[in-house]
Amino acid sequence: MGYVLQMKNISKTFGEVAALHDVNFEVGDNEIVGLLGDNGAGKSTLVKIITGYHQPDTGGEVLWKGAPLEHFSVARAHAIGIEVVYQERALADKQSLWRNIFMGRELTTAGGKLDVKRMRAETLKLMHSAMGFTSSAITTESTVKTFSGGERQGVAITRALYFRAELVILDEPTMGLSISETRKALDFVRSIKAAGKSAIFIDHNIFHVYPVADRIVVLDRGTIAGQFMKNELTLQELTDRLYDVAKTGNLKT
Amino acid sequence: MSSDEIARPLSKTARRGPTSRFLRKYALQLGIVAVALIVWVLFLIGAPRTFLSKEIYVSFMSTTPYFALIAIPLTLVIITGEIDLSFASVMSFGMVGYDVVFVATGSVWLGFFACLVCGLIAGLVNGMIVVKFGVPSLVATIGTWYLWRGVVLVITNGTGLGMTATTTTALHDIVVGRVFGLIPMQFFWTIGVGAIIWFFLNRHRFGAHVYLTGDNIESARLMGVNVGRVKILAFTIVGLVAAFAGFVVSAELLFYWPTLGDGYQLTTIASVFLGGTSVFGGTGTIFGTFVASFIIGAINAGIVASGLTNFWTQLIYGLIIVASVSIQTLLGRKLT
Ligand SMILES: Nc1ncnc2c1ncn2[C@@H]1O[C@H](COP(=O)(O)OP(=O)(O)OP(=O)(O)O)[C@@H](O)[C@H]1O
Ligand SMILES: [Mg+2]
Repeated sequence: MGYVLQMKNISKTFGEVAALHDVNFEVGDNEIVGLLGDNGAGKSTLVKIITGYHQPDTGGEVLWKGAPLEHFSVARAHAIGIEVVYQERALADKQSLWRNIFMGRELTTAGGKLDVKRMRAETLKLMHSAMGFTSSAITTESTVKTFSGGERQGVAITRALYFRAELVILDEPTMGLSISETRKALDFVRSIKAAGKSAIFIDHNIFHVYPVADRIVVLDRGTIAGQFMKNELTLQELTDRLYDVAKTGNLKT
Repeated sequence: MSSDEIARPLSKTARRGPTSRFLRKYALQLGIVAVALIVWVLFLIGAPRTFLSKEIYVSFMSTTPYFALIAIPLTLVIITGEIDLSFASVMSFGMVGYDVVFVATGSVWLGFFACLVCGLIAGLVNGMIVVKFGVPSLVATIGTWYLWRGVVLVITNGTGLGMTATTTTALHDIVVGRVFGLIPMQFFWTIGVGAIIWFFLNRHRFGAHVYLTGDNIESARLMGVNVGRVKILAFTIVGLVAAFAGFVVSAELLFYWPTLGDGYQLTTIASVFLGGTSVFGGTGTIFGTFVASFIIGAINAGIVASGLTNFWTQLIYGLIIVASVSIQTLLGRKLT
């Protein structure tokens, strides 16, 4: 199997805090990788390196489809097809729905002039399809501040969906969602698999991760504690081993 | 992949209808127009002789641009969540550029060009200090406010410069001439600057990023907005336009005083906040600032016309700033 993404010897230090230490991590073609780990393990930091938001410490290497990524930035990540649903949702509360959908990569015509008409039309389409906002209460002009948690997550997911990605990263997408909303988020992960794309799925609930992931990677205090293919392990065995990780920092594989 | 798979349920909470949505969306703009009308009617009643003559309106259109011109780009900076207090000194710093180049070359046009370049540099410096060093803009621009004023005083040694030479060039007519012998050109410049900046704020990627930066800087960064560049550009535009406004004032008065700009701080900032731009960043309109500038200008004229001393102006502008930001904050909580 080929890899869409490979990270070799990646470290990231914030001042005194070593958030990641010598991490080797990869995502295969059409593979769903479940990423587990305690609070503060470094999951979001890893994600933000993949999206070009953080620069890793020197010495490591990130490869995209086998080629090294240099001078990496959020814009580059978007351009090559990496989409993220961030843990913090990354919305702008006082702005309209359409401005949130196209945040940071507005559709423009010549010279950077906003194509407002097209962005509104696309948003309206997405509202009726992907987001399912059919109530007249929400329009393309609504500010997202008034949206419920599920609606906000819908916006964040739809945004990732709209810009057809090769690799979708979901950082705790089920956080704070109801059971039915959670199921939709999981279905979204399955739809990525079905469409032949890859994903990294981060969640604290192994009952969410286990059913949709092909491979599970456990991060502990900034290092990879272990990883295994899902079919090597039952859910019960996984649960037991995660307790061990918490105690020993190592995953028996 | 089927997009229906992540369909969201209908929102169960009924929200308000389209009329109320329109009112809420444009509440601030409608409010500011209402305030303008009320102020005008009050002055018509209070000082009918002054406010029924055309002179007051001509003087209005001539002097309001002094600060309205700057209030318009300042709106951008405040929407990004920053503030610039140095623009009054930058007005004068730009004119030092004019002074030096004009004295050296005898060319009004070259002097004018130097003036704009100085303003641009001063704005760029503000932006760099805020973005590259991470100094809060409130502190940074209090610093540069004194810095540029100091540079002005050292270079000019406190002496001014006659500007009559400008009247021999077309530049004077272009900048502060009278259309039909009546309407001051600076009024049209204010409309022009307002229209251009309106376009960039509302219909250009730059403006979209201005709003995003001020609304939630972290989200904007995560989604790839170059927030540093956005802020630097906003500060630079204020510097450029402040220098232009400095030239307008000097050309109109036919004299450049090194103290130029003093006294416009309050009116400029009051215009932006009265116009509904949020102190917290993320929202604001050019239309609001434009109308508010003329309200402030009217109040200025009204104070003089109604025989109050100039001592009242500070009190009144101070009150306007405090009241408008307070009302905005309260409304902001209610309307969203
Ligand atoms: N910008 C930053 N500056 C300083 N320290 C940071 C920064 N971002 C993360 N850290 C630190 O790095 C460590 C890893 O954080 P990270 O957010 O990656 O954890 P996480 O695994 O996503 O946790 P959670 O499950 O709670 O989201 C933490 O100790 C955190 O405090
Ligand atoms: Mg996290």
